[in-house]
Amino acid sequence: MRALRFSLSLILAALATATFGQVTGDPEHGQQVWKKCAICHMMGPDARHRVGPVLNNIMSARAGGKTDYRYSKAMTAAGQDGLHWTEDTLDGFLQAPKSMVPRTKMSFRGLKSAGDRADVIAYIGLFSGGAMAAQIDDGFAVSADILAIEGDLEYGEYLSSECTTCHQADGNDDGIPAIVGWETEDFVTAMHAYKEKHRDHPVMQMITGRLANDEIAALAAYFKGLGD
Amino acid sequence: MSLNRRVFLGTTAAASAAMAAPMVMADGHGKPRVVVIGGGAGGATAARYIAKDSKGEIDVTLIEPTRTYYTCFFSNLYLGGFKDMNDLGHSYGGLAASGVNVVHDWAVGVDRDAKTVSLAGGGSLGYDKLILSPGIDFVDGSVAGWDITSQNAMPHAYKAGSQTELLKAQLKAMPEGGTFAMVAPPNPYRCPPGPYERVSMVAHYLKNNNPTAKIIVADPKPKFSKMALFQEGWGDHYDGMIDWIGEEFGGGSVSVDPGAMTLTIDGEETAVDVCNVIPAMKAGHIAEIAGVTDGNWAPVNAVDMSSKADADIYVLGDASQQGDMPKSGFSANSQAKVCANAVRGALTGSKVFPAKFSNTCWSLIDTNDGVKVGATYEATDEKIAKVDGFISQTGETAEVRKATYEESEGWYAGITSDMFGAKT
Ligand SMILES: Cc1cc2nc3c(=O)[nH]c(=O)nc-3n(C[C@H](O)[C@H](O)[C@H](O)COP(=O)(O)OP(=O)(O)OC[C@H]3O[C@@H](n4cnc5c(N)ncnc54)[C@H](O)[C@@H]3O)c2cc1C
Repeated sequence: MRALRFSLSLILAALATATFGQVTGDPEHGQQVWKKCAICHMMGPDARHRVGPVLNNIMSARAGGKTDYRYSKAMTAAGQDGLHWTEDTLDGFLQAPKSMVPRTKMSFRGLKSAGDRADVIAYIGLFSGGAMAAQIDDGFAVSADILAIEGDLEYGEYLSSECTTCHQADGNDDGIPAIVGWETEDFVTAMHAYKEKHRDHPVMQMITGRLANDEIAALAAYFKGLGD
Repeated sequence: MSLNRRVFLGTTAAASAAMAAPMVMADGHGKPRVVVIGGGAGGATAARYIAKDSKGEIDVTLIEPTRTYYTCFFSNLYLGGFKDMNDLGHSYGGLAASGVNVVHDWAVGVDRDAKTVSLAGGGSLGYDKLILSPGIDFVDGSVAGWDITSQNAMPHAYKAGSQTELLKAQLKAMPEGGTFAMVAPPNPYRCPPGPYERVSMVAHYLKNNNPTAKIIVADPKPKFSKMALFQEGWGDHYDGMIDWIGEEFGGGSVSVDPGAMTLTIDGEETAVDVCNVIPAMKAGHIAEIAGVTDGNWAPVNAVDMSSKADADIYVLGDASQQGDMPKSGFSANSQAKVCANAVRGALTGSKVFPAKFSNTCWSLIDTNDGVKVGATYEATDEKIAKVDGFISQTGETAEVRKATYEESEGWYAGITSDMFGAKT
């Protein structure tokens, strides 16, 4: 906690000198960068909490402040200690999430490029306050029948070994997204979006291409459990 | 000596002494024993999954001589200056923590009748199921003038570690405007895009440090993996530096003189400063000793990777002859999980699910210019057969290529934690 307080006071000092609200990044390119965030976060009118919280209206809000989302203890404490999201604090956080808020649940290794960070922050800014502009949910939906399939955990465990060559079982993200702890509906929807080539990624389209509905359900159930 | 009881030629005395030494049998007679030879992409994964998933019901022993496994994957990136040697090294501590008994020794003999493996350090281990994942060795005489004693003058750097460091040191010591030569291997060999990713990484290094240097590649093949992508990249990034001499231009008729540092292609001799000879390959020698090879490789049944010669032996990764999968770390890891599931089922009655295999190989051409190729596979009666696949396209945007490279870094972290357990 000491280390956290210390870094927070630095951040708060930096805040005092920042020109608040001034958009420095390019939101259009930010929308590209956002794809990395969109794996876990949603924004826009229909956004729901997924692996990560909805990021509407976060600019100038207190960290860990969405009451209906379960944050890590670390993020809640950081907010209570005074962390608010601004261009500067978000920039610091996105550069290395785990150095700024140790033990955050956000298993994202960070954006190295300062330009990418500025751009994605500009894009996120569009969904705060009156600027909430775009609806980026891709509007893909899976039928209730498919969502209702109960996943076989043992089969899911076996099938998951095909995923863990790239996606780490402990939820770390070093350049390939973490897939543990997702809500079943999100997991199943994402897999079917790849399978039906609605989301584009050649590896994921190929892998999901031969997964049957019950196999996707099994994987969803298994990976959800790994996050607990 | 029975037909199946084979020992290393040349180490017969040591090996028979080992045979005479008391058996190191697993305690608790009832507990099934799995011995895994080779702690690389296939063996480490198989050992870890069997130990982890059997939750103590199976005794798993891994035999691996080295204490640090240096991945061949990303070793080309070390040559290019994108990774440190330390980034490539992995210890076996995580496997031990998963309940695998790790023995740092060489397996030198397999007695298939007695079901024992003998160790160079003496003693032997009994098994109910034996898994071989020893990687590759080189075919003697495949490049005229080169044998394994020439590996210091003309390194292969196709087993990672000191050979990789040697090749890098030689690359750095090249005179200005010097010549780096590669003798590429014939099919089949480990990592089909590996030699060409290496050429790209060497070119990257030379472009920044020795821009007038040249690269010659003598290749016995008419074409190679991701050829269009590499050739596009070589044109874009390293124009004029790389001279690839394929089969139709005599690339297959090659000899080297490691003493004089010359390379002769189709009768024409060239003096070279570095010569990276990647000879023809075969299964790691212990597979031959165990008597499970047919020709250079060990044929296996696709459904569970069991040897066609012995139902209690499984062969994974590069050493196996399985059908359509390329010899890659990804493939070895994928095969290991199918095998682990089958072995566990056979020994404890746990549920055996259908085999599913997949592979993706990323290659780096230059900074942030990554490409990939991948496929899914299934088990048929005859072989592991390709189901579906994809490959990066020529002319992709810089953004796509950068994302592909970043993804490869994620894959590296993923596969190494899948092999050795999560880093703590
Ligand atoms: C330059 C290069 C780049 C590559 N890049 C990629 C890549 O990007 N992606 C990819 O998927 N693959 C890549 N590969 C291929 C990959 O490294 C191999 O396919 C993979 O390591 C094969 O796994 P394996 O288990 O068969 O053998 P290995 O990983 O080689 O493991 C074999 C192990 O067995 C041990 N061993 C051998 N004999 C004995 C014995 N008698 N007793 C005990 N232990 C023994 C060895 O010490 C070794 O540790 C690359 C290879 C090279 C050379």
